[in-house]
Amino acid sequence: MRLEITGLNVRFGARSVVDVDHLGVDDAEIVGLAGESGSGKSMTTLAVLGLANTVGATVAGSIKLEGRELIGLPEKVLIGLRGSRIAAIFQSPSMAFNPVFRVGDVALRALRRHGLTGSEATDRVDQAMRGVLLSPDLLRRYPSQLSGGQLQRVAIALAVALRAEVLLADEPTSALDVTVQAEVLELLRELRSRDGMSVLFISHDLAVIAELCDRVAVMQAGSIVEQGPTDQIMSAPQHPYTADLLRSVPAIERRA
Amino acid sequence: MIEVPEAPAPAPVPVPVAGLRTRGWLRSNPLLAFGGAVSALIVIVAVLAPLLAPDPGDAGSATHPFDVLKAPSAQHWFGTDQVGRDVLSRVIYGARISPLVALFVLLIACAIGIPLGIAAGYFGGWLDDVIMRVTDIVLAFPALLLALALAALLPPSMTSLTIAISATWWPWYVRLIRGQAASVAGRPYIESCRALGISRRRIIFRHILPNAITPLIVQVSLDVGGVILTASALSFLGLGAQDPTPDWGLMVSEGQTYFTTDWWVVTFPGLAILITAFAFNLLGDGLRDLLDPRRVILR
Repeated sequence: MRLEITGLNVRFGARSVVDVDHLGVDDAEIVGLAGESGSGKSMTTLAVLGLANTVGATVAGSIKLEGRELIGLPEKVLIGLRGSRIAAIFQSPSMAFNPVFRVGDVALRALRRHGLTGSEATDRVDQAMRGVLLSPDLLRRYPSQLSGGQLQRVAIALAVALRAEVLLADEPTSALDVTVQAEVLELLRELRSRDGMSVLFISHDLAVIAELCDRVAVMQAGSIVEQGPTDQIMSAPQHPYTADLLRSVPAIERRA
Repeated sequence: MIEVPEAPAPAPVPVPVAGLRTRGWLRSNPLLAFGGAVSALIVIVAVLAPLLAPDPGDAGSATHPFDVLKAPSAQHWFGTDQVGRDVLSRVIYGARISPLVALFVLLIACAIGIPLGIAAGYFGGWLDDVIMRVTDIVLAFPALLLALALAALLPPSMTSLTIAISATWWPWYVRLIRGQAASVAGRPYIESCRALGISRRRIIFRHILPNAITPLIVQVSLDVGGVILTASALSFLGLGAQDPTPDWGLMVSEGQTYFTTDWWVVTFPGLAILITAFAFNLLGDGLRDLLDPRRVILR
């Protein structure tokens, strides 16, 4: 298991918001984490990034990256891991970039912060941009001059450039329109098969998860109620909540 | 793990270079061009006053008993005032007074407003409460009255005038910067800076400040006119510049006695105030359009 979460508990004071017995992501695997708003999907992401304490939560349990326990690591070590070993992309790419800097400057600075020299960083970013099917020319633009889909791909390019093993994608396509969404999903699939990247794909959108993920975990009220291979979950849900979720996916059909 | 194949790069789209495109913005923003040109002209006049003024001595305490209140003529384009001084020379030298007061007032207001606003907006909590309540208290006083009271307490001089106006001006900038800083501080890109372990100082100076400063730049250029008007008003009331300082407000104040018969003593300095305030307002409006980060949206 590349990323393995066991007995994870995230709580705000006395209130427990995440209680995950077991959730793992294998090498080159895309695991979907589904569930309604407030079910604890995003808190799980924050916990894996070691950032849950910054919003005032306490974290207990175990999160292992390639067998190395992350919980309890000092902040300094976590800073080194974030972005370089575990990368994350979020819902709204336009907010992820500082509008006063060219996206390329942001990318280069992030890479240098992780210990690359100037020319190394430039090469890597250019290469990563091609890796996410964007022209390196776009690095000279400001965030407002790129579309949401392009920005999201630049964000993914950063993860690629640092050769992150695990990408946490927290609703990465929810703010994008359907055609752009398809681009990003295609890219994630490509990164998985080409680079062996593992992805924890968090979404409330079961249709997207069904299309992309190898396995699915369904979360409700902080706990995983059901997990298994995507086909199995989609065709024969065991838990009533999963069945409810599936029923709530609108299907394309003509009205009578 | 990475072996990136030569992926087909999308066809290169002409990259619009953001920032100041010198030729483009002049045409697309005539107000800015005009406001900027007139503002620059005022600065040039102020700098070159000794060369431009026909009678530099008249900017001071000279008196010419035989030339009192002469109407505009070839010799005195703007006429002469109640002690016979050339109004044109005084208006030209006046470009060194009010705009300079405005410059210092705005510098002081920024020097107080930016650090306090950033501190309140970025750190929040009790610091925010303390700073903003103090700011609110100052704002609770009508600005002109507060400036009047302060100017009345201090000996009448340009320095007192500057201090009095600055004291009423900074709270607006605290509020402006605080609002910006607070909204920027909550954005994901600032959170990612923190997650990357970037120092607080660097976050504030490299990331918060540049994002929060744009509205302030615009506000400052819009306020140049406002400060000049306030300074003129206080000088008009006798609380700022004192004779023989060639301050526009003071000249209007001293000339009002003669306004019905000798209109030029009041009119020309009045026009100078009007034009200066107007030019800097246009400049501010133009800058707002130019600097708006959301100005270039996906084309």
